[in-house]
Amino acid sequence: MSEPDGAAKAAGTAGPMVKAEAVHKHFGRVEVLKGIDLEVASGEVMCVIGPSGSGKSTFLRCINHLEKIDAGRLWVNGHLMGYRQKGDKLYELRDKEVSAQRREIGMVFQRFNLFPHMTAMENVYEAPIRVRREGRGKARERAAALLERVGLGDRKDSYPSQLSGGQQQRVAIARALAMEPKLMLFDEPTSALDPELVGEVLEVMKQLARDGMTMVVVTHEMGFAREVGDSLVFMDDGVVVEEGTPRDVLADPRHQRTRDFLSKVL
Amino acid sequence: MPGSVDTVKPDAAPPEAIKAVPVRHPGRWVAVAVLAVLAAMFVHMLVTNKAFQWSFIIDNAFRPNIVEGVRTTVLLTVLSMVIGVVIGVVLAIMRLSGNPILSGVAWLYTWFFRAVPRLVLAILFGNMGILYTKYHVGGVPFSEQVGDLLGVDMSGTLFSINANTFLTGFMAGLLALALSEGAYMAEIVRAGMLSVDPGQNEAAGALGMSRMQTLRRIVLPQAMRVIVPPTGNETIAMLKDTSLVAFVPVTNELFFQLKSVGDKSFNVFPMLVASCMWYLVLTSVLLVAQHYIERYFARGTALAGERRAGFRALGFGGGK
Ligand SMILES: Nc1ncnc2c1ncn2[C@@H]1O[C@H](COP(=O)(O)OP(=O)(O)O)[C@@H](O)[C@H]1O
Ligand SMILES: [Mg+2]
Repeated sequence: MSEPDGAAKAAGTAGPMVKAEAVHKHFGRVEVLKGIDLEVASGEVMCVIGPSGSGKSTFLRCINHLEKIDAGRLWVNGHLMGYRQKGDKLYELRDKEVSAQRREIGMVFQRFNLFPHMTAMENVYEAPIRVRREGRGKARERAAALLERVGLGDRKDSYPSQLSGGQQQRVAIARALAMEPKLMLFDEPTSALDPELVGEVLEVMKQLARDGMTMVVVTHEMGFAREVGDSLVFMDDGVVVEEGTPRDVLADPRHQRTRDFLSKVL
Repeated sequence: MPGSVDTVKPDAAPPEAIKAVPVRHPGRWVAVAVLAVLAAMFVHMLVTNKAFQWSFIIDNAFRPNIVEGVRTTVLLTVLSMVIGVVIGVVLAIMRLSGNPILSGVAWLYTWFFRAVPRLVLAILFGNMGILYTKYHVGGVPFSEQVGDLLGVDMSGTLFSINANTFLTGFMAGLLALALSEGAYMAEIVRAGMLSVDPGQNEAAGALGMSRMQTLRRIVLPQAMRVIVPPTGNETIAMLKDTSLVAFVPVTNELFFQLKSVGDKSFNVFPMLVASCMWYLVLTSVLLVAQHYIERYFARGTALAGERRAGFRALGFGGGK
């Protein structure tokens, strides 16, 4: 937005979609992220696994600046998240500028977080109308197409409470896609679903990956990671313990902690 | 039929609907009988006791000055509630803003206006004229000084109003009621906003919605489900508290008019009965309005359908 245009653009096309350098985060005295270094290339699908409480959600929330990081740097598409750097000094961005940065990033939550007072359609076109100032007609058309794409063309006028968990999560994906993000973050998108509903959500995510979307997916679905993931990251206790292709990490983990974790979930 | 066990018989008739003897509730019938007797006694008393003077009530309850009183009371109720809700929303947002100065100011306001009785406020505002002859409004401090600098007489025109014309009875009464209502509404709105799942804020933020947009489009509409029922309570309380403005004094208000008819004709009791009935009627209208507002804000919840059915069972809603 307000960055020097040339530099940002160049970084946006050539550099990684996400770049994290020594990201630290603590809540009170508890250090939750203890220096995360990661790169997600454009078009890459990165899956993140790790025990509960290891900081996976916190890291995702740092990526779109829902949480402020305490040390380190985090870039998305060449934009330094939450700050503007001039020389050695960092300037906090205003709410408005943070909102602008977030528009490039879609997020899907474990508990869907759909707006319960709006129909599926309204959920999807709310942000395009309010945030992107899209015309109502165009926004509706796109929303309908997106719901069609996630297989819910016939549930446009249903309220979230009238949809199954799997359907709700698909609406949530359509809602995030409506902002035409360059990066999608998924925080355990299938963990709150009944087992028989997991497949339909994963199917939509696979399609999205095939279409070339850059994705960071926190998940316990090892099958999905193996099939769709380009890389797999194992986090434990606020650090990245191991990173590699899903095949390598799952079949032949190098670290004892990874082996212990995998033996519990596989 | 050897070999195959068919559990689903396509031609089987649907099972017979259950016809069971329902559970009896003898206690209910006893209660109904007792209540019926009590009600009959009460109606008998209403009809036979001469003190009610029903014909006097009917003759006097609709006099022009009393209809005017109804108008004033309804107007005061509606206006002070509207202003009170607006103040309440602003104060609640200030309280939850995270800005210590804003939330401190909001706390102070709530503290003061909840502490002072409405009756005292009404009298106080009625006597404000003693303090100043001019009130400066519009939130522009030092306007006179600025005006002096520019050589314009600003005080007389835009930024101040003569106290004696502005704070006449009605305005003083309205201010007293609305400002005090704002304090109560602030707490109700705040509770409503706190009841909304924080995940909603996050989802809206992640979509790039601003704080104001999130508040207006996402949080407040959901908070309304918690806000509306106590606001209905507040409105009914306000309808009755409008009788306090008689002390401002605002004399064209409903209760004052009804009572004055009673006082003048030395028939106090029948007009008190008439007062009860007027307030009952007005409150009932409010209840119906509240029902429709609640139904609107319950959209998208499983409750939406249920409430409709429940209300109909009470004999309110139209249709089948
Ligand atoms: N807002 C918060 N305030 C305090 N502690 C938090 C907060 N959010 C997360 N935590 C703590 O941070 C740690 C990591 O949490 P989280 O990122 O949710 O882990 P994961 O998603 O891997 O299960 C946990 O110990 C959790 O209790
Ligand atoms: Mg988590």
